Amino acid sequence: MTTATMPTTDVTIERRTAIDSFESPDFLLLDDLLTEEQKLIRYSVREFVKKEISPIIEDCCQKAYFPYDIVRKFGEVGAFGPTIPTEYGGGGLDYNSYGLIMQEIERGDSGMRSTVSVQSSLVMYPIYKFGSELQRQKYLPKLASGEWLGCFGLTEPDHGSNPSGMTTNFKDMGDYYLLNGAKMWISNSPKADVAVVWAKSEEGRIHGLIVERGMEGFSTPETHNKWSLRASCTGELVFDNVKVPKENLLPGKSGLGAPMMCLDSARFGIAWGAIGAAMDCYDSARRYAMERIQFDKPIASFQLIQKKLAEMLTEITKAQLLVMRIGDLMDQGRATTPMISMAKRNNVQIALEIAREARQIHGGMGITGEYPIMRHMMNLESVVTYEGTHDIHLLILGADITGIPAFK
Amino acid sequence: MKILVCITHVPDTTTKISFTPDGKEFNAAGVTFIIGPYDDFALARAIELKEAQGGTVTALNVGLVETEPTLRKALAIGADDAIRINVNPTDAWQVAQEIAAVCKAEQYDLILMGRESIDHNGGQVHGMVGELLGIPSVAPVMRLDVVGGLATVSKEIEGGKEVIEVNLPLVAGCQEPIAEWKIPNMRGIMGARTKPLKVVEPNVTATSTTVQQFSLPPAKGACKMIAADNVAELVDLLRNEAKVL
Ligand SMILES: Cc1cc2nc3c(=O)[nH]c(=O)nc-3n(C[C@H](O)[C@H](O)[C@H](O)COP(=O)(O)OP(=O)(O)OC[C@H]3O[C@@H](n4cnc5c(N)ncnc54)[C@H](O)[C@@H]3O)c2cc1C
Ligand SMILES: Cc1cc2nc3c(=O)[nH]c(=O)nc-3n(C[C@H](O)[C@H](O)[C@H](O)COP(=O)(O)OP(=O)(O)OC[C@H]3O[C@@H](n4cnc5c(N)ncnc54)[C@H](O)[C@@H]3O)c2cc1C
Repeated sequence: MTTATMPTTDVTIERRTAIDSFESPDFLLLDDLLTEEQKLIRYSVREFVKKEISPIIEDCCQKAYFPYDIVRKFGEVGAFGPTIPTEYGGGGLDYNSYGLIMQEIERGDSGMRSTVSVQSSLVMYPIYKFGSELQRQKYLPKLASGEWLGCFGLTEPDHGSNPSGMTTNFKDMGDYYLLNGAKMWISNSPKADVAVVWAKSEEGRIHGLIVERGMEGFSTPETHNKWSLRASCTGELVFDNVKVPKENLLPGKSGLGAPMMCLDSARFGIAWGAIGAAMDCYDSARRYAMERIQFDKPIASFQLIQKKLAEMLTEITKAQLLVMRIGDLMDQGRATTPMISMAKRNNVQIALEIAREARQIHGGMGITGEYPIMRHMMNLESVVTYEGTHDIHLLILGADITGIPAFK
Repeated sequence: MKILVCITHVPDTTTKISFTPDGKEFNAAGVTFIIGPYDDFALARAIELKEAQGGTVTALNVGLVETEPTLRKALAIGADDAIRINVNPTDAWQVAQEIAAVCKAEQYDLILMGRESIDHNGGQVHGMVGELLGIPSVAPVMRLDVVGGLATVSKEIEGGKEVIEVNLPLVAGCQEPIAEWKIPNMRGIMGARTKPLKVVEPNVTATSTTVQQFSLPPAKGACKMIAADNVAELVDLLRNEAKVL
């Protein structure tokens, strides 16, 4: 494999000196339900975010710059593949530990969390779950350490909510597979060393293939001008007669169920992550409301502001309960796709609403990059769309309730 | 090299301090505890030295069972094992005697501490331990290099800095920029599960301190603004109200 050479860039990123004094609310004393180890994990990732993400993130987003160095740092702190067994370089942790890591990283920025979600749940997870022993050993340790960056190609220009209609396909040429097609909206793609790509066989069955940078006919053009996840890089995957070695097909599972299993794991992480973004907005709004004086009083003394803060805290608390329960069920293998849909849909929605209310509380100040609110709000517009749109999750729940799928 | 790092289990620096109604104890309810910030620097330097030169790092705390998560954190950061001396200490002399007892048995080459705790800010334990063991103690140490049995130490002094060479074994009270704090990583946290944490019973039970009363410092008063040209009023207020002239 030829490791991607990073284009040199003349963007200079400034580190802020202002101290990030984030504190997370814990209204129902849910910390009592966490183990000492889980609390230490959250603490460590929070410290990591304060040191490595908060000082640069505003500038990265303003300049639409993906701080590639962070990939190695995520690897060092152990953010990649927390639930993958340690023998492959993963963390060997439970699902709520994974969730806490996502919460803390998204508290920093949803784009940074996207980088980690994709690597952990959409690249390492399928290689671990459906890969051969050889594939696991070849890819997982390097993805865990951050030496390699991965991406996940499911969405196509004409097939987003309906991935089963995909047209990317591969033909068995005897010695290799010949891959053709294109994927769109792929997080990490411009800098990825490895892509887990979902494509149809000649029989029309969906399989996962590991495509490596440097394979002839494979390119990853970047998608520019996003108003959201600006510190995360997004792009296309273009396959023009790419010869993929046969040993790069994931042998363990085929059919749409395979990528959907990955999405369950990623969506669970997103449901936790959204709480992080919500907490950051709430924490910032609460502080601002206590300090900002209007009509000779802190604005926190007005009932309308208190209503906003009270509702934010209520929704954050409900969201926490949802994911903590689902995390336990995931460890027991009892969580279902509709449960995860409920949590992803609810938690991202409340985070988006909290960001909007927090923006109001900050008045004009909330419009600038001095505060994280607009950045979170814009980021969350992607989060509410990717990994199953808000409405698609509603339909998954609807199908579960009635037994009648309304999206087909 | 055999290194001991003494760590305190102290309230997070952003904690709002309060006391029990009788004013005799710190109210620990809802408080997050951390490794003392100076001790964290000492630990980070200990791990760097171990990584560069080989050896072991032991983390030690004098305290009750609730300090164990803090010791586990030290293990997650990279200490090889931990010792907890099972007593709730009430003064620096008691802590120093307990630490010295362990050191006598274990013969460490380096005994690293923070320059001071951040709960009682005594800045005394390292000096006392050095004295009890009859070995040099230096603080505050901002750089520490070891070659063979000789340590080169740079420390802050009034109006400057002093560089000295000291033979091991040595007690050092550390502060920044001796090393960069280490954030535990997930592998370290998992590994800490199985590292040994030994609980030993205290040697000395007598303590010479009893708490009469804790109280908070008076709240900061409001700021009084005086017109820039009104020197007479300023002098009057400083003399008669603030009573500083
Ligand atoms: C920043 C970003 C990063 C992304 N990263 C990745 C990635 O790494 N990998 C990847 O594979 N994909 C990725 N995506 C793609 C994302 O998953 C898709 O955008 C998403 O699935 C929606 O697909 P679409 O954009 O084609 O919208 P469409 O499917 O065209 O949907 C448009 C609208 O129609 C609604 N709709 C569609 N079908 C129905 C129906 N049956 N009933 C009711 N309403 C319906 C949707 O809810 C939505 O509101 C990313 C997207 C973004 C924005
Ligand atoms: C009035 C009073 C009440 C106290 N009440 C309590 C209490 O309720 N609960 C409680 O746990 N402690 C209590 N302590 C003990 C306190 O937490 C300190 O451990 C002890 O007083 C030494 O503090 P110092 O400020 O003198 O340490 P310093 O001399 O400032 O500490 C220097 C270095 O010595 C080492 N060190 C200090 N203390 C310890 C320790 N305990 N274990 C390991 N290394 C150490 C650290 O490396 C530290 O950076 C009390 C102390 C006093 C004076």
